[in-house]
Amino acid sequence: MEAVTTAIQARRSRKRKIITLSVLGGLIVLVFLISMNTGVMRLTPVEVITTLFGGGTDKQNLVLFDFRLPRIVISLLIGAGLAVSGCVMQGISRNALADPGILGINAGAGLMVMLFISLFPTTTAAPVYLLPVLALVGACLTAALICVLAYKKNQGFKPTGLLLTGIAVAAGISAAMIVLTLRLSPEKYQFVAVWLAGSIWGSSWKFVLALLPWILVLLPFVMYKAQVMNVLNLGESMATGLGASVTREQLKLLAAAVGLAASCVAVSGGIGFVGLIAPHLARRLVGAKHQMLLPATALTGALLVLTADTLSRSVIQPSEIPTGIVVAVIGAPYFLYLLSRTRA
Amino acid sequence: MSSNTSNPKLSDANIDVHVKGRPWAATLILTGGVAALMLGMALSISLGAAEIDLESVWEAVFFFNPSVTEHQIIQELRMPRVLGGAMVGACFAVSGAIMQGMTRNPLADSGLLGLNAGAGFVIAVCFAFFPGLPYMYLILLSFAGAALGALLVYGISSMSRGGLTPVRLVLAGAALSALLSALSEGIALYFRIGQDLAFWYAGGTAGIHWNHLKIMLPWIAAAILGAIALSRSVTMLSLGDDVARGLGQRTGLVKLGGTVIVLVLAGAAVSVAGAVGFVGLLIPHVTRKLVGVDYRLIIPCSAVLGSLLVVIADLAARMVNPPYETPVGAIIALIGVPFFLYLARKERREL
Repeated sequence: MEAVTTAIQARRSRKRKIITLSVLGGLIVLVFLISMNTGVMRLTPVEVITTLFGGGTDKQNLVLFDFRLPRIVISLLIGAGLAVSGCVMQGISRNALADPGILGINAGAGLMVMLFISLFPTTTAAPVYLLPVLALVGACLTAALICVLAYKKNQGFKPTGLLLTGIAVAAGISAAMIVLTLRLSPEKYQFVAVWLAGSIWGSSWKFVLALLPWILVLLPFVMYKAQVMNVLNLGESMATGLGASVTREQLKLLAAAVGLAASCVAVSGGIGFVGLIAPHLARRLVGAKHQMLLPATALTGALLVLTADTLSRSVIQPSEIPTGIVVAVIGAPYFLYLLSRTRA
Repeated sequence: MSSNTSNPKLSDANIDVHVKGRPWAATLILTGGVAALMLGMALSISLGAAEIDLESVWEAVFFFNPSVTEHQIIQELRMPRVLGGAMVGACFAVSGAIMQGMTRNPLADSGLLGLNAGAGFVIAVCFAFFPGLPYMYLILLSFAGAALGALLVYGISSMSRGGLTPVRLVLAGAALSALLSALSEGIALYFRIGQDLAFWYAGGTAGIHWNHLKIMLPWIAAAILGAIALSRSVTMLSLGDDVARGLGQRTGLVKLGGTVIVLVLAGAAVSVAGAVGFVGLLIPHVTRKLVGVDYRLIIPCSAVLGSLLVVIADLAARMVNPPYETPVGAIIALIGVPFFLYLARKERREL
């Protein structure tokens, strides 16, 4: 932590940025190891290692490979995915408050989950594997609707228009959800509330496999576009002057951001805060150039969600405090600290 | 950040000449809006589970006779509710307008200052640990929560190095709101009070009594007068800190004043009606579209339009599915979303 702070204070040379990235990576590995050791079933570090290399009992194998590892991997994936999605949103809209949620992704996914829960007689009987698919469909449909509404011929996307459209559509969906909320039975309400607050509930290898292609394709694509994002950051007229076809680039990046966020929200519920805060944290650590910012954002997001999930599984168990809440509770104070330490 | 493309002509010349205002549109809104508001309030008093004709409404207001049941209903239930709705609407709209002008972020509203989250957090704590607390205490505590939220946001962003900037204020507000909402969500889930909390939070004017109005009114009146007094300075701030400073504004002082006003207005409104979100975001945009970017016109017109929206929405909330109430927040979204979508298409970065 000390190294991180000094890195901010010192001149942000490339070397320091790389050190920052390595520190983030190191922390992830550390939390990864801790996370494998924590949970309801206690395994000692030695047991974890022997199990990893194939020397565990059936029970140990089950705990580690079928429960813990997929969940850890999913935490890392959605952390990185949501964070990068937020970074792209903030970059192309040039608004510090933009996050995946503003494109109606959480609201759209939430509405689908809510409808599904209201229509099915009991939460336990509902086919759970259908839920992420529905959430994904809801998220993508909403995002597409917002883009269609915000798009203007010959002008493309005005960032402000896009954000305001997103807010309007999300407000409409939230209103529908309030009305549905009041009609739900308390038991169903609890299920929806936990989902909306952001709980990693799809924690098996199936979900990892469902999520992995999105991340593997879209994350490198966004990194590849880092230079374009730097140019877009200069403002529309400047970017056009520098030869970027602004609308087309915006559309591509937007589609990537939506794809990342929608696929992540489908398995993680509404962990909204990562997308807002991880890019800001990363920006304060490595600066605003996207070549460094994007990897730093991905690492920060992954670290944040993994830490939060580990905490929610160990410290406050057994309870149903969703990971999304823990993310905000540990992420917000650190962000406020950084905000007060660095110059704008 | 929303970097405004402010007109370079503005920087040195007299601001009154160059800031586009439409005083005629403003006059029309103020007169027509107030007339519509009166009509809406009269209708809202007369319509409901028990229908009362306008003549009796008139009599109940001006020639109150305690032995007539209808007069009782009007005096004790409908009038405070309708007046409260109008007040809440004006509060949210004006505080939203000031927030957007001050921070130069079109996404800003009073909720962003940590107010809603602060109030919600305290209410969650009350529901969880002190169930059955009288409504009056809840209101006062919720106001205290709103103040706490705003104080933390303002404190954190102004104590930091480099001083208080709009970006910092907005970011601190977003982070602190997320933290407080997460805590209240956690409490709600743990104690299984989410649905009660959602109902409180969805907003409603049904529980407003004369007592609340009496306590709130002087504060709100003072804050709205303060907002009007500050409106010229807010216009300059909306052009950017440097421009405002160049024009001789003491920006720190203006921001402090603006924050206090937002706190009082939004705090009072949230505490009596819950987070009737969206009014504070929507109405300033609508008003700017209609009267231009001069906050001396925006602030009074926002107040009138905000009142009108909430009064109409409240009326609709009672009429949609009688005798059950539909959450007023949902109705506002229903009315407001199409407008907002239209505005978003037209938005030309006017702040």
